Amino acid sequence: MNGLLSLLILLPTAGALAILFLPREKTGPIKALATAVAGLTFFASLPLWFARGFRESAGFLFREDLSWIPSLGVRYSLGVDGIAALLILLTTLLSVISIYASYTAVKTREKEYYIFLLLLETGMIGVFCALDFFLFYVFWEVMLVPMYFLIGVWGGPRKLYAAIKFFLYTLFGSVIMLVGIIALYFFNTTGFLWWKGLGNAPTFDILHFHAIAPQIPPDLQLWLFWAFFLGFAIKVPMFPFHTWLPDAHVEAPTAGSVILAGVLLKMGTYGFLRFSLPIFPSAASTRWVQLTVVVLAIVGILYGSLVAMVQKDIKKLVAYSSVAHLGFVMLGFFALNNAGMQGGVLQSINHGLSTGGLFLLVGIIYERRHTRQIADFGGLSQVMPVYATLFMIIALASLGLPLLNGFVGEFTILVGAFLADWKWALFAGVGVILGAAYLLWLYQRVFFGELKHEENKGLQDVNLREVLTLAPLIVCCVWIGVYPKPFFAMTAPASAKIVAALDAAKGAPPAVAAALSPAPAAPVPSATPVVPAAALPETAPRGN
Amino acid sequence: MALPFPLSDLLVILPELILSELALGILLWAAVVKRERERALAWASLASLAIAAALLPVAASFAGELPRSAFGGMIALDGFSIFFKALTLLAAAVTILFSLRFVGTSPYPGGEYYALLLLTTVGMMFMASGTHLVSIYVALELMALSQYVLAGYFKQEAKSVEAAAKYFVLGAFSSGVLLYGLSLVYGATGTLSLAGVSSALEAAPRSTLLMVGVVLVACGMLFKIASAPFHVWAPDVYEGAPTPVSAFFAVGPKLAAYAIFARVFFDGFGPRSDDWAPVLAASAALTMVVGNVGALMQTNVKRLLGYSSIGHAGYALLGLLAYRAGGAAGQPEAFGLWAILFYLTAYLLMTFGAFGLVVLLEAKGYATESVDDFNGLWKRNPLAAGAMVVFLLSLAGIPPTAGFVGKYLLFSAALKAGWPALVVLGVLMSAVSLFYYFRIVRAMYLVDGEGEVRWREEPAVAVAVGLCFAGTLAFGVLPQPLIALAKSCLLP
Repeated sequence: MNGLLSLLILLPTAGALAILFLPREKTGPIKALATAVAGLTFFASLPLWFARGFRESAGFLFREDLSWIPSLGVRYSLGVDGIAALLILLTTLLSVISIYASYTAVKTREKEYYIFLLLLETGMIGVFCALDFFLFYVFWEVMLVPMYFLIGVWGGPRKLYAAIKFFLYTLFGSVIMLVGIIALYFFNTTGFLWWKGLGNAPTFDILHFHAIAPQIPPDLQLWLFWAFFLGFAIKVPMFPFHTWLPDAHVEAPTAGSVILAGVLLKMGTYGFLRFSLPIFPSAASTRWVQLTVVVLAIVGILYGSLVAMVQKDIKKLVAYSSVAHLGFVMLGFFALNNAGMQGGVLQSINHGLSTGGLFLLVGIIYERRHTRQIADFGGLSQVMPVYATLFMIIALASLGLPLLNGFVGEFTILVGAFLADWKWALFAGVGVILGAAYLLWLYQRVFFGELKHEENKGLQDVNLREVLTLAPLIVCCVWIGVYPKPFFAMTAPASAKIVAALDAAKGAPPAVAAALSPAPAAPVPSATPVVPAAALPETAPRGN
Repeated sequence: MALPFPLSDLLVILPELILSELALGILLWAAVVKRERERALAWASLASLAIAAALLPVAASFAGELPRSAFGGMIALDGFSIFFKALTLLAAAVTILFSLRFVGTSPYPGGEYYALLLLTTVGMMFMASGTHLVSIYVALELMALSQYVLAGYFKQEAKSVEAAAKYFVLGAFSSGVLLYGLSLVYGATGTLSLAGVSSALEAAPRSTLLMVGVVLVACGMLFKIASAPFHVWAPDVYEGAPTPVSAFFAVGPKLAAYAIFARVFFDGFGPRSDDWAPVLAASAALTMVVGNVGALMQTNVKRLLGYSSIGHAGYALLGLLAYRAGGAAGQPEAFGLWAILFYLTAYLLMTFGAFGLVVLLEAKGYATESVDDFNGLWKRNPLAAGAMVVFLLSLAGIPPTAGFVGKYLLFSAALKAGWPALVVLGVLMSAVSLFYYFRIVRAMYLVDGEGEVRWREEPAVAVAVGLCFAGTLAFGVLPQPLIALAKSCLLP
């Protein structure tokens, strides 16, 4: 199946080019073409799900490798492991959903709108596929441009401010990361400043950097870890770098919010998994570094939840809940053990599904009422029963009700945090309660009670198209909630490999990982199928 | 009569010689040509540039083995100078395409305009080749004097005259400073040839006289590339001069100034680099901050691009500082230098592209002035708006554009050379730059309402802009050929 990843990257761009040549007035064909292209991309990405290799080893599959800029050692190098494959599937799914969901929401400049959405999809898939630092950085930055336009052109009243704020914040982090990439490049070759280089041939190959990670001296690791940290922490976003997020989310059009929450934030967490942890393992497992990140993550959980609680705007509430959820993901990663890592990856996916769903739901009601103020609603369950039910399911998934996906992710993360330090789990556990509180309170104020507002009496319930956009998300939420095994199985070898690298850097036996899974996390590609994958998910649902 | 140099030396400067003759010929022709037939002069000028460009490889092949020194060490022909000469000719050609209608519809005769443009090009070509402080200075003055006139070419427009006066007074002053510095260097070393200065510096003890001389030379050169703290003239001149001339000023003279900067400081003052590198580093830091922060407040497009070009001068100084940085294993020395060659090519393409669109989009009968004039441009001219976005992205250093690769190379070279703080400052400032570049994008796409801009039918400019657009994208996606070319020009 060689060339599949290139196909996934190129398909949306090809679609965007085709739309470019359609006349502006023909919005029907434009929408149809955009949906068809995104749908085709989704189906083309399905082989990633069925590839057995991800469940068997941590190696990268679907490799492509072409020379690009030989003078610098830059290559067009693609490949995915289980984690990247899941994120790509999430990307293609959310892309087709958000395009389909925009049919009635976007009524101006449709042509550009769908072009930008498709270009964005190319950028996102590219980020998850790239195995060359230079290529990765190109996709990472390219993706900012369409998002800027999506927020800036089709956004809400403060769109101009939100769009440039989003762009600048992310860019500031990325350029610092770029300096880190350059430093890494020179360390691998001839050295720079007082660091003696390794004398290898110039390359940007990410796998090569994974391999030389143990040779990077600890002081350089620390510097580079923080350089990369800035790039990724702003994207995630971690407290205190989160302030761009509520603005961007609230002002962005529905599809923009869905993509932003569902995929763009995942790039930050993916960055930690693919770069920060495996390339700078000794920095990441340094006690004070770990503590700093964990404290920021926990502050993010509690702060995000508390601020979400007091929001008057539904969309802003959902936006702040993202800060809390991403805090969970980061907590899981920096527990630095197998359970935390696996939970973090799964929770990334969960957050994409449930928060994406919540944004879709907010968009549906906003299209009907042109307001998102909680105070403008109340008693909606009487006029929109189906809508209320769908909202309930997604909200419960988001707050972590057992048998829905959020629970599996949060529980696994809490297990990981507990194994690392029980106090972390305690604080994060409070966050789970707060999460239930703000979502249920929101639900109560919007859907229950009397139907006070005259305008709300004639509201139409959801139509078929809207149900169709939500259905795949709900199916996935239930699927992961009831039977997460295939998902864990897919990410297990890859996360075990990361944990193994971290343990090796700590110089300690992989005791923490072994406590949860019968087989110790095998160091780098092992020929034996990794069993912990199967063991872990079954612990999770049984826990309730 | 015996010549003091072998006749074959003339072949080394063949392109410059022919171009000077052609420029003088055009000047004479301009005296007799009718006003309405002036466009022929423009085409003749373009042809002259093409001839000069075609003669570059001829001269190189006559010169035999490169680098070839001529006229007793006054002039050298090497890959470095050929690359710069080609860029200079390209810059002049694009400027002529931009100027066609501008000059045609203005109330001023166009013959001198084109002749001056060619003469300033000759000056820049000599600058790229100069290996002796006197030949460099003479070439610099040939370039500068022609430019003072060009800046004030629209002599009845107050702004244009103001620009010319400022440019002349400050330029003449800075030339004086430069010359004084050169004389001190001569006093300290007893020679004016760069090779001689270099070997004298290696032997000579550290002296105040020499240090003052070197710093004064640096000041004069920093003025020419509009680096802080000698940058204040740039925005005023760019704003006041006719737009095609501004575009030319933002690119051409800077190219040549970087060439002599590299030569004088590395071939000449190289042995003392520990003394002057901190001065350049301080100027680079200041320039990046002043240029990018200054641009934040601008509402006039030409001033905004003027400040942005100051910021870019700061980035390029990083490359100069990193001149000696070795590349990775198997890469030649002078990483910083080929990074600059790549970067300047990218800079030429994207700056001319942006200025070209400003020429093409006219408001109230003039080239666009205010950023607000661009409001809602996507609706009336999606093609121009789209091209502008690409140029601005490239200027801000966002991939996949040539500007990104260029900046990437400069910053890598500087990090390799051991300037991490400057690199961090540079990347942060380039993030800041996005804010003001995107004010134009914001006006074009995000702001509702109609601006004043009208599209002007000018195929010549459109073609030039189209070429810049293609180049900006092509060298962004596939930079390898240009990198290989830049590197091969530096290898002996």
